[in-house]
Amino acid sequence: MIRVAVESAAIDVAAALAAHDAGGHGASASFIGRVRGEGGLVELFLDHHPVLTEKGLEDLAAQAGARWRLGALTLIHRVGAMAPGDTIVLVLASSAHRAEALAACEFLIDRLKTDVMLWKRETFADGRSAWVEQRESDQDRAGRWG
Amino acid sequence: MRIAYFAWVRERMGVPEEIVALPADVATVGDLVGWLAARDARGAGAFAEPYRIRAALGGTMVGSEALIGDADEVALFPPVTGG
Repeated sequence: MIRVAVESAAIDVAAALAAHDAGGHGASASFIGRVRGEGGLVELFLDHHPVLTEKGLEDLAAQAGARWRLGALTLIHRVGAMAPGDTIVLVLASSAHRAEALAACEFLIDRLKTDVMLWKRETFADGRSAWVEQRESDQDRAGRWG
Repeated sequence: MRIAYFAWVRERMGVPEEIVALPADVATVGDLVGWLAARDARGAGAFAEPYRIRAALGGTMVGSEALIGDADEVALFPPVTGG
């Protein structure tokens, strides 16, 4: 079962995990990305494309499904305004064995940072606001997967 | 054709999207970025550094050499920063 979603409301991790695990799997790997409140950050805003952001997630899910034998895959990305501590992204990948579940989870989180139409803007307590620049290290990590 | 802008490209252009009639000599995404940069002050502010611009045509990320053809929408935006 593949579930992909772009949501503006808070991601309910427990509910997503329950739905993901409904089929029963030998191994489930998960990644939860959260907003860090470093440097006085008060808001993280994620801009997205109304159609293509979800399509990008679907493409990534399909690529993971083609590379590894996955029993279930859940990929949920939040968009809009978020506060420190909020969940930005949830990746759940399940397989019969741990190696494939872990590899698929890492692949998805790496490629999310370079292949999907999402843009972060940080706002700080002193009023400063700036769009986040893409990091070379993110491109390097995404490039490892070929 | 519709051009959609995102993140700081949208802020600098002042609109999320616009409908334009392309001049005959604008064939590629790179041509379009150059044309927008030369068109007015907003375009100059958004597209002064073409190497910082990424594009998608009909839902697929493309390079600046990509032919626009009869695409309904060209999206122009900075490098993505999700995850």
